[in-house]
Amino acid sequence: MTVLAWMLPAALALGVVMLSAFFWALRNGQFEDLEGAGWRILDDDIAPPSPKESPENGGRSHG
Amino acid sequence: MESIVAPRAAQSASDDAADSAVSVVLAVPHMVCGGCVRTIEQALRASPGVAAARANLSARRVAITFDARETSSAGLVGVLQNEGFTAAEVIDDGVAQSVRQSGLLGRVGVAGFASANIMMVSVSVWSGNASDMDASAQTLFHWISALIALPAIAYSAQPFFASAFAALRGRRLNMDVPISLGIALATAMSVFQTMRGSDQVYFDAAVTLVFFLLIGRALDESMRFKSRSAAENLLSLKALIATVIGDDGVARQIQARHVKPGMTMIVAAGERIAADGIVETGRSEIDESLITGETLPRVVSAGNRVHAGTINGAGPLQVMATASDDNTLLAEIARLMMAGEQSRGRYVRLADRAARIYAPAVHVLGLLTFIGWMLAGAGWEPALTHAIAVLIITCPCALALAVPAVQVAATSRLFGRGTILKAADGLERLAEVDTVVFDKTGTLTDGDLRLLDSDAIAGNVLAAAAALAVVSRHPYAQAVVRAARDRGLNVHPQSGTREIAGAGLVADRGGDEVRLGSADWVGVQPDRRNEASLWFQRPSFAPIGFRFEDRLRPDAVAVIGELKAAGYGVALLSGDRPEAVAQAARAAGIASWQGGATPGDKHARLDALQRDGHRVLMVGDGLNDAPSLASAHASLSPSTAVDISQTAADAVFQGGKLAAVADVLKVARAAHRLALQNFAIALLYNVVFVPMAMAGYVTPLVAAIAMSTSSIIVTVNAVRLRTMTLALPPPPRLDRQRGVE
Repeated sequence: MTVLAWMLPAALALGVVMLSAFFWALRNGQFEDLEGAGWRILDDDIAPPSPKESPENGGRSHG
Repeated sequence: MESIVAPRAAQSASDDAADSAVSVVLAVPHMVCGGCVRTIEQALRASPGVAAARANLSARRVAITFDARETSSAGLVGVLQNEGFTAAEVIDDGVAQSVRQSGLLGRVGVAGFASANIMMVSVSVWSGNASDMDASAQTLFHWISALIALPAIAYSAQPFFASAFAALRGRRLNMDVPISLGIALATAMSVFQTMRGSDQVYFDAAVTLVFFLLIGRALDESMRFKSRSAAENLLSLKALIATVIGDDGVARQIQARHVKPGMTMIVAAGERIAADGIVETGRSEIDESLITGETLPRVVSAGNRVHAGTINGAGPLQVMATASDDNTLLAEIARLMMAGEQSRGRYVRLADRAARIYAPAVHVLGLLTFIGWMLAGAGWEPALTHAIAVLIITCPCALALAVPAVQVAATSRLFGRGTILKAADGLERLAEVDTVVFDKTGTLTDGDLRLLDSDAIAGNVLAAAAALAVVSRHPYAQAVVRAARDRGLNVHPQSGTREIAGAGLVADRGGDEVRLGSADWVGVQPDRRNEASLWFQRPSFAPIGFRFEDRLRPDAVAVIGELKAAGYGVALLSGDRPEAVAQAARAAGIASWQGGATPGDKHARLDALQRDGHRVLMVGDGLNDAPSLASAHASLSPSTAVDISQTAADAVFQGGKLAAVADVLKVARAAHRLALQNFAIALLYNVVFVPMAMAGYVTPLVAAIAMSTSSIIVTVNAVRLRTMTLALPPPPRLDRQRGVE
């Protein structure tokens, strides 16, 4: 019985951590493009959206 | 929180540094795979002036930040065109955005968190009941549940409360009223019982109900959002072109949004007027039904005012623009195009009526259950518990979602593939079709025709023909104008040109009549009629024939084969000369054809077919098809069609492929099937669970799970339509088994 006294708060705290992680992802636009995200994993050629790297990257690309 | 704030601050600082940085969102409907994302992003980033480009595959859009001194959004559209993607700046009517801002996903998260944790506490209590938990520990656990449930419900269930409140204030009942009542009663009763230290506590039921219902709503919302943004993408691509006459008398085509007050526009018969203005010359009938709702066309002549977005019905007009604002026009078209998704088809109306009758019944059933159990001497607590269960179980959610969800899924699938469904009950009528009738020029064949042997035609003849042709939207006329422009000729529109649907164009030039049109109408000798499709006749000259390269659309043979294999009747009706029609029919594999058909002939042929018990789908694009499109059971039009045909058609398809015809039929049939399935699911659910709940066999928690599962099932069943692989089923045999598939 006493085990519940600390297990419940611990479980709740974990839940709150997960919930805030979810809200962080939501606000950060992680759910904006679910289809595209799946493809981007497979593609190591896509440069981070930085203006300096892009021309160089375009030249190096294989296809 | 810092991690959220920091990048925004940095971004605004860099914006200040480069104040010429501009952001634009382009719609790219043909971005369909990861490879496209990569090609598009790399092409954009490699082009000068682009600071950042991020493609969104789900929305088929790309967000670009660029330096306005080095490039422009038109330039970026050109970059994508070079890569083989059609693109256009997104016309944002703000609706899609407002849908996404409702923040349902966050509410789902909170409700999910709360229901999981309350369930954890509840399980402890239930197992405690069976073992050694004492009353004070149980009460403590109930208080913990209350502490989680109350704020979670207050936040997550807001959409239901708001909707129920709005309905009640309007003295109506909707499906959110019993839901809200159920949630509120279950919560209030649980708080009261917790204070009394009793064990009739149903926080778990209330929160689980909210959680599952929100999942259903979020699914529905994301489907609507996708359908919206796909529709916006299509609208953005729908370039609005106006033909204006310059100071030098030469006709040019410009974007509607670049029309300035004082410019003179030529509006062809069947074309939409691009800007508000005053008629200078010409006499016609204007269809203003879109704006005023008036179905009878208004006769206009010189001096009359005409409005953007209305359709010029009868003859060419010259209009002096008085406004440059194209917002009204776009808004009108957007409203027209969105009508399909919003529409209340027959099944939707049926479902609405059922839900409307059913909603009061829910409350009566709940009340009866309460009274019944009280009379049976069960005491107020079990009686109220059973009444809450009945309220939750009987909520007509599944019923109310069954058909609209299918409608949204179907339009979303069609939008995504470039077909805009416009008519309210278009899907239902398309599902009943058993015969498909095609027009030839511009429908079965490519809309973009090429004039053959144009070098053999003298320059002054071509210019004179183009002067007539420029006021028409017929594919042949447009091909003549294109050929004249390609040769570097200036096209001076012939004033006083009239268009006779199904025949051609005629103008008075210095007392003589010049004609450009079909061989019959122009008066060509019978033995020469097979030489050409379009003839130009000037007084005291022999008629000159124009021949066109009239290719079938690349997949026409395959699509016709598919339709015939499934058992659909296929026919070809054209106003072109019989020999050309026969040739096209042979090439496409159509046995039943008719050439030289006037608009009246087409109409009569359709009437005859429909009298024989056939349900006809008319596919056509021309001015002469508009009456048949309107009278056919269902109708389809390519996006290259004249506006009057597009307005008359139930759906408009983009692109050069005829496959859209088969696709629309497949989606319509599948939607019909899924709507019936959903009705059956909703009905079955009610038949099984309502008596059980009234008899007291269902606790509020089970009720919450059963009810929300039923609405999720119908939504998921509808969402399936977006990705299902569809085959064309045989047409319904309406004459023998009416209404049965």
